[in-house]
This record gives sequence, structure tokens and C-alpha cells, in this order.
Amino acid sequence: MTASSGPLAHRRLFLKGAGLIVLIGLGNAVLHAPPAFAATNDNKYPDDAFKQKNAGDAIKALYGRDHEASDKIKLDAPEIAENGGVVPIAVSTSLPNVTSIAFIVAENPNALAASYKIPEGTVPAVANRLKMAKTSNVIALVESGGKLYSATKEVKVTVGGCGG
Amino acid sequence: MAASIRVRAILNGDTAEVQTLIQHPMDTGLVKDAKGELIPAHYIQQLTFTHKDKTVFFADWGTAVSKDPYVKFAFKGAAKGDELKVSWLDNKGATDSLTATIQ
Repeated sequence: MTASSGPLAHRRLFLKGAGLIVLIGLGNAVLHAPPAFAATNDNKYPDDAFKQKNAGDAIKALYGRDHEASDKIKLDAPEIAENGGVVPIAVSTSLPNVTSIAFIVAENPNALAASYKIPEGTVPAVANRLKMAKTSNVIALVESGGKLYSATKEVKVTVGGCGG
Repeated sequence: MAASIRVRAILNGDTAEVQTLIQHPMDTGLVKDAKGELIPAHYIQQLTFTHKDKTVFFADWGTAVSKDPYVKFAFKGAAKGDELKVSWLDNKGATDSLTATIQ
């Protein structure tokens, strides 16, 4: 047994390697298949980030890095939202080379609400409407020049957006 | 079929301001119906805007985007009469698209 373990182990390793290559090949084939939806190439839905419960985990899953507060981000959100189902929230920034903008509602069941890619030539500003389950901090994240910046504002919610 | 999307793209200098409204339930999967049964999650996950074969705006959405979503953005390098293609994909694999003209 001891005599054969060496070459056998090597064989195993080799087979594992081969399996891995096959898997990688398959992955590529899937990625290169013509997308049914026009924009799926290079734009995998960040399922994991959207499943995270709290803000920190969602930011980690989406960006994999820390963020720092920036006064160059303008976050427009109401002080008080009477209807948590439709809260108008907008962000704009004077930061250069912005590549993405994301919105986090910290107290929602899933913290990440929306994430936007900002290609070159697109103005680094987004307005949208989000649901808020209850009073919460809203965090706008801006990725600029490979770094992550944020602005935070508390929005008080009188009627939550997730009730029936 | 493009009945779910309404787009207004207005040129201001060489910048197109784009406002979009989409009809979609955006169900979170956390809300119960009148019989007390959970309404399954049904929401748009991705939304894309294409101008001259270039993606000018791309959204990944979760269930926290409001019902009948609204989004506004702006991009440079547009001209009057240019086409702007909008399409979305939801978590059930349904899609819709629309080609708007920049005004």
C-alpha cells in the first residue's frame, strides 16, 4: 500500500486537475452562449449580495472592500417618508471616474436595494424609488477610481413598505 | 411586446436625460395575500440601456425597488433622433424591451 500511494496520489491529483479544467471550460461555454437578454454578457446578477441581511455583509459581497464617507456625494432622500413603499432617493457626486453607484437600506430584510453600473460618458447620478420596511439609514455607495465612498442619511418611515 | 416600459429621453446639449417607468409588481416574497399565503417573489433583476451598441446604464435590482419602478439617469454623446434600447429581465426569466427615440 505504501509502495503504491506515491504514484496513485499523483494520478488522483492529475484527475482532479483534469476535472477542474473541464469545469472551467464548461463555465466559459456558458458565459459565451448568446444571451437571451441583451445585457447578460459580463453582467452576472450579484445574487449573493442581494441575499445578505445587513449592510456590512452586503457591501462586502458586492464590492469586497471597505468604504469611507465622502462629502462629495449628495444623497437626496426625504427626512420623513409617509409611505415606505415608495421612497424617492437620488444620489449625485462630484467624484471623478465613477464606475458604479449602489443603494443600501440598512434596516430592510435584505440590505442591498439596487446597484448601478456607470460606464464612461454616463453622468454619475441616479434617481430611483425604493421600499423601506421601517425607519433606517440609507447608504449611497459610489465607486470612484477603484475606491469606495459613501454618504448616509436617516429616513424616518411612518408606514412600512413591506406590509400587506 | 413593450407595453411595460415607458421612456422619456430628452436631449440637453449633448447629454440625454432619461426617465423610465416600468410596470412590474416587484413582489418581495415577504408579503402575504388575503388568504394569508405568501406571494412569491417576482421582481426585475436587471435593466439595461443601450445607445449605439454601447451600454450606457445598467441596473441590478433587488426586491427593495418599489412597485412599478422609476429610474432616472443621464449620459453624454447623444444626438436628437438617436435610438435608445431599454430591456429588463426578471427573476422568473420574463423580459421586455423597447426602443425609444431621443428627443
